[in-house]
Amino acid sequence: MPPKRPKSGKGSSGSKRKSKDDDDPDDIFPMVLTSATQQLFGCRADEDVTGESPYKLLRKDDIVQDMKKRAAVSDFSPVKQTVLDYPEDEILLVFDRDFLYGQSFYLVLTPEAKERILHPPKPETAEAEVIENDAIKTPEPRQWISQGSEQEIENECVKETREKLCIKFSRVRRKFGAPVCFSDHNADFIECPSYKDSRFSIKQMQRDCGLQAVPTLQSSSAQTQRKVLRNIHTQYTPRELSDEDKENIHQSESLRNFLKTVTPRVLHALQQAEIMDEFTDDRKALSSAAKDDDSNEQVYEDLMLVRVLANRAYTKDKTIRCINWHPTIQGVIAVALTERRETQLNESTDLTVKQHFILFYSCKNSTTLLLLEGPDGIFAFDFSPSDPNIIVGGCANGQVVLWDISAYVTYLQGTQPGGKKSSVNTDTFASDDKDKKTPVVRFCAASSGESVQEAPITDVQWLPPTFEVTKTGEAVENKNKISVQFVTCSPCAIMFWDVRVSKQWSSWASGKKHTTAHSVSETFKHLGRWWKPLFKITPPMINTRRDYSPLKFSLEHYTCTDDNTAGTTDDPADGESSEVVPDYSQLRTRSAQTLKPLEDVNTRMYVGTQEGVVVYTDWKQDNKESGHLHNAKSLHHGVVNTVQRSPFYKDTILTIEDWNFAIWKEGVTDGPIFTSPTSETAYTAGCCSPSRSTDFFIGNEDGSIEVWDLLKKTKEPVQVYKHVIKARITCIKSWSATTSKHYYLAVSDDVAAVFVFRLPKSLYKKESLGLEKFFELEEDRLKDFQRRVAKMKKEADELRKKGETNKQIKTPEEQKEEEIEMKEYKEYLTLEENILKGLGLWQAPAEA
Amino acid sequence: MAEVEETLKRIQGQKGVQGIIIVNAEGIPIKTTMDNTSTVQYAGLLHQLVLKARSTVRDIDPQNDLTFMRVRSKKNEIMIAPDKDYFLIVIQNPSD
Repeated sequence: MPPKRPKSGKGSSGSKRKSKDDDDPDDIFPMVLTSATQQLFGCRADEDVTGESPYKLLRKDDIVQDMKKRAAVSDFSPVKQTVLDYPEDEILLVFDRDFLYGQSFYLVLTPEAKERILHPPKPETAEAEVIENDAIKTPEPRQWISQGSEQEIENECVKETREKLCIKFSRVRRKFGAPVCFSDHNADFIECPSYKDSRFSIKQMQRDCGLQAVPTLQSSSAQTQRKVLRNIHTQYTPRELSDEDKENIHQSESLRNFLKTVTPRVLHALQQAEIMDEFTDDRKALSSAAKDDDSNEQVYEDLMLVRVLANRAYTKDKTIRCINWHPTIQGVIAVALTERRETQLNESTDLTVKQHFILFYSCKNSTTLLLLEGPDGIFAFDFSPSDPNIIVGGCANGQVVLWDISAYVTYLQGTQPGGKKSSVNTDTFASDDKDKKTPVVRFCAASSGESVQEAPITDVQWLPPTFEVTKTGEAVENKNKISVQFVTCSPCAIMFWDVRVSKQWSSWASGKKHTTAHSVSETFKHLGRWWKPLFKITPPMINTRRDYSPLKFSLEHYTCTDDNTAGTTDDPADGESSEVVPDYSQLRTRSAQTLKPLEDVNTRMYVGTQEGVVVYTDWKQDNKESGHLHNAKSLHHGVVNTVQRSPFYKDTILTIEDWNFAIWKEGVTDGPIFTSPTSETAYTAGCCSPSRSTDFFIGNEDGSIEVWDLLKKTKEPVQVYKHVIKARITCIKSWSATTSKHYYLAVSDDVAAVFVFRLPKSLYKKESLGLEKFFELEEDRLKDFQRRVAKMKKEADELRKKGETNKQIKTPEEQKEEEIEMKEYKEYLTLEENILKGLGLWQAPAEA
Repeated sequence: MAEVEETLKRIQGQKGVQGIIIVNAEGIPIKTTMDNTSTVQYAGLLHQLVLKARSTVRDIDPQNDLTFMRVRSKKNEIMIAPDKDYFLIVIQNPSD
């Protein structure tokens, strides 16, 4: 901002000069001329100079003389100097008539102004016109009148307060030509940081501070050894008084008094009780008596699944055809594994050697105890009743194999100590190396490959040790008291086998010694490879030449009644006691003459066949007629898959086939005494209940188990355990645990898993009535039915016969009647035709 | 002594009586017609029961007291006659 200049006093003085400031302020000087002067100079007002001609030229010399003459009195004295300085000779004096400048006359001081006034420029006329034009178009420029704005302008102008400073910089010579860097730099204000003045210091005498107390927490734990004292057992004995004390008390008075007071009460109460029992509920007593035998509202609890046994390593893609409980060792189940899908030899491209096993499971800890290896898939097997270590199995290719697991019994018993100690027999397998690996027992005998049939063996059963069978099928006594024979059943035939060496073969077997495979038991080495059945039966069909294809059979278990005292004297060496394991190789078959024939052995058996026929046949081959067959009843529509005897009734047989089951009684040959209604799901397995004689368990295709109780309901199962197993049930076997008094069911399914169920208590109860009466009734009914059928048949035959004979007699009468009837019919037809024609609905009848 | 015997004979002669036990206040059997083990068992168990019953009755009404107790079960009936110093226990099978 330019510094403010003090206001010049010109402004104020400027206004005073207003009157003087005309166009030519320096050139005009107003003056007053006296009349004397006027006369002198000849410019008398209004005479010489008038308004029209106000101008008067005065000579300078005259003015000067005047001034000399009159010196101070002269009117021209104020302009004396100017007049003297006037360059020209003549000075203009102008009569100011109107007092424009304040006086009557004014003197023009400069010649230029004189000229201008006297001689206004000539082109006044043109200029006057232009001026006049301009005056018309543009306003005349007026004189600026100061309003005070010049001050503001002066204020705003920037004027130098001082002259410009010039500063010269130069550099060192040596830096001549070097680039220069000019930069801006702020004119810094000088800081003045504070610093601690060491001359003095202020001590802080007091300071505010706050405190917070934080509790120190520390977690730590300790463990004590202190045990809580607890009584495990207490034992106490009652206090008793010594005899002396008792005597004393007896003598005492107080006892007597006591008895005196108490006795009447007691007698009273006793009498009351004797008279009437006020707590009995008569109604309940009535119903409870009726309920004891037949509880209709029995609630069937679920089957309790105890174990699921499946060993994935061996059971993949396998199915179970047969399961058996071990007869002596508790809780051991053996299952026979076969391929689930029967692949034909042509199709199988699998070159790996397939192993076929029987697995032994332990119920207690679901482990696989033992494996029995067979040459082919095993369809059926059985434990020998006299020696459970001998197992016979029937294979898919028709071979019969034998195993001896005497060396491995410890495995089954679950008392297998570590490795080496157990087996004395050096034939033990590589199971010694690894304790955990399940030992594999190879079969020690197999039937000959030449006699093999195409059909697999579907059922095998040992004959009980009470009798044996000769070549002709006669039952004779069994001196050895061990089971040496078994029966196999295949769709081709039923065969009887003997484990002992027959006389014919002994020469062979001794001659041709073949080395058994390592670790195979040598019990049955004598059988060799030419082991053949004793004899065969093929139950023929009645009307055709074909034979039945037996699938399952059932023998009557014969228990020997006599002590067999007769005839035991010979061959004591062979007649081992049952405790010692018999040496089978030393056993010899005896000729039929030496043995006593047993008459009361039932040599008949029930056979279930593939055609759905249950055949009751005799295996004795005494008579060569085709009357082997006693009876065959076709009842079932499908394949008979189970034939089982009831453990309670010796003569009751249960046969199960795909869509129903039937109960047969031995001796009743007309048919089954009971057949179940056709079921919706296929029955695949079944067994009789071990606990109650009336119950049957039937397994379904969809994995459910039906419980049938014939006393309660005959049309449907009493209880259905739906879908206890996911897959198809292949086999059910029951077992009663003698130690725990439980009953177990082993159920095997199609995916080679075994389920062990415990029967609920509701199925334990033994009923008093039993099935005997039921069966008797059924028998009677059946007989009655048969009689009626026979009767009806007879009548039908008679009718037919009669009809034939009567035809000739009756015909003329009949003909007449027929003619009449025909006539009437024809009339009716014509009537119908007419009516319909009338209606227009007549349709020509079709040509007959 | 003879009186005691006589009384017991009378009670025993009733129909269906299976056994008699006389127990002192502490629960120790004094006289019995049954075998030792059952006697001891009955005495010990019933003694506690009687005390409980008596206390129950007296709690309800202090003026009251237990005079007789019959325990009826499925198979038999047990009758207990308490007193200040002794108990008499009789086991009877009424339907017998």
